[in-house]
Amino acid sequence: MLTQIAYALPFLAQGFALTLWVSLLVVVLSLIAGVLLGVGLVYGPAPLRWAVRIFSDTIRGIPILVLMFFVYYGLPAIGLHLPSFWAAVLALTLFKTAQVIEYLRGAVGSIPKGQSEASMAIGLTFRQRLAYVIFPQAFRRFLPPWINGVTDAVKGSALVSLLGITDLMQAINQVIGRTYEAMPLYILGALIYFAVNYALSLASRRLERRFSFIRE
Amino acid sequence: MGYALNFNLIWRHFDKLWGGLLLSLELAIISIAIGIVIGLVLAVWYVSAGRVVRTIIAAYVEFIRNVPLILLVYLVFYGLPTVVDLAYSAPTSFILTLSVYSGAYLVEVFRSGLEAVPRGQLDAGKAIGLTPWQRLVHVRLPTMLRITLPALSNTFISLFKDTSIASVISVPELTYGAQWINFNTFRIVEVYLVTTAMYLLTGYALLFGLRLVERRFRAAR
Repeated sequence: MLTQIAYALPFLAQGFALTLWVSLLVVVLSLIAGVLLGVGLVYGPAPLRWAVRIFSDTIRGIPILVLMFFVYYGLPAIGLHLPSFWAAVLALTLFKTAQVIEYLRGAVGSIPKGQSEASMAIGLTFRQRLAYVIFPQAFRRFLPPWINGVTDAVKGSALVSLLGITDLMQAINQVIGRTYEAMPLYILGALIYFAVNYALSLASRRLERRFSFIRE
Repeated sequence: MGYALNFNLIWRHFDKLWGGLLLSLELAIISIAIGIVIGLVLAVWYVSAGRVVRTIIAAYVEFIRNVPLILLVYLVFYGLPTVVDLAYSAPTSFILTLSVYSGAYLVEVFRSGLEAVPRGQLDAGKAIGLTPWQRLVHVRLPTMLRITLPALSNTFISLFKDTSIASVISVPELTYGAQWINFNTFRIVEVYLVTTAMYLLTGYALLFGLRLVERRFRAAR
């Protein structure tokens, strides 16, 4: 049994690398999209605010799995052909973006109104206001939940296995298909996911403690 | 776009979606009920226990929360029967998994709620001569429930959405029904539009109901 698992290790490592790659792409892309849309939600004109609100509430209201099938099977139906890898990344990114929007709204919303008013009074432009006053303060409210949310991206990436992408989850299933050692391999897989995510949640907790002493 | 929407085939097979939704709700309700029992017992135990028990409960919570649900579902359905002599159906297997999974999330919710109960209330309970059991049932748990209700509602709705993972072991719930119609009629966009609406409506109905409960509890304060 052990020799079989040892034999499969390089293959599992490849799957793991893909899991990390998908997670990284999703985290980075959703951070960009989420911060932009989040700023739109907080400061944008009413139609934009409604659009972002509807987007976020709809995406967060359905299971990721449904969103993923919708994107994967739905895009080709309307004439958009994405490779399955990018369809999966797109679906997970949409989901994560909705979360980032809410983290940003919460973080920016926690900054006292006077800060915004004061920076307007000294004549800062909108961009300067965000860059020098709001974001530096909102950052420490944003970071801990966001890092904690990265674990959701890593866990969510296991669903790409259902689109036939050989991530860690799919690699485990394929090795089980050949070796019939279901239990040891699932436990090994669980431990790998646990190691990555636990490290992330520890980091998030440490940051939270580090930032908590500056609370007003 | 070049894609003409046609919902006729969806309505013809709507029983797959409707029956699926009912099964999703059933899976969620049973699992959450078991999860609440696990969560309550372990949370109460945790706050009064010594180091060893605390470490074990924390290990359970951290392990479950940091592993993808889909892996746990596979592990219980395909893995567990190879080492223990048990035979169970896919729905039972999923309920077992989601119960243990929701238990881990609910321990956290209940534990932080218990720790937020003001010390003065417990002292007051002691002062009027309540036994430890009475203090738990009449003072600690009701206050804890009121504190945790908003977090509890969010956890319940997220667990309801998690039932979609049951489709990977062919439990015919809502997502499975959607895939069935997808593969058999190829009305892809339509079926996922309808499924999305069904998840959203159910989720918001649940949220609305839970908010009503919250308001009642708040009024009782």
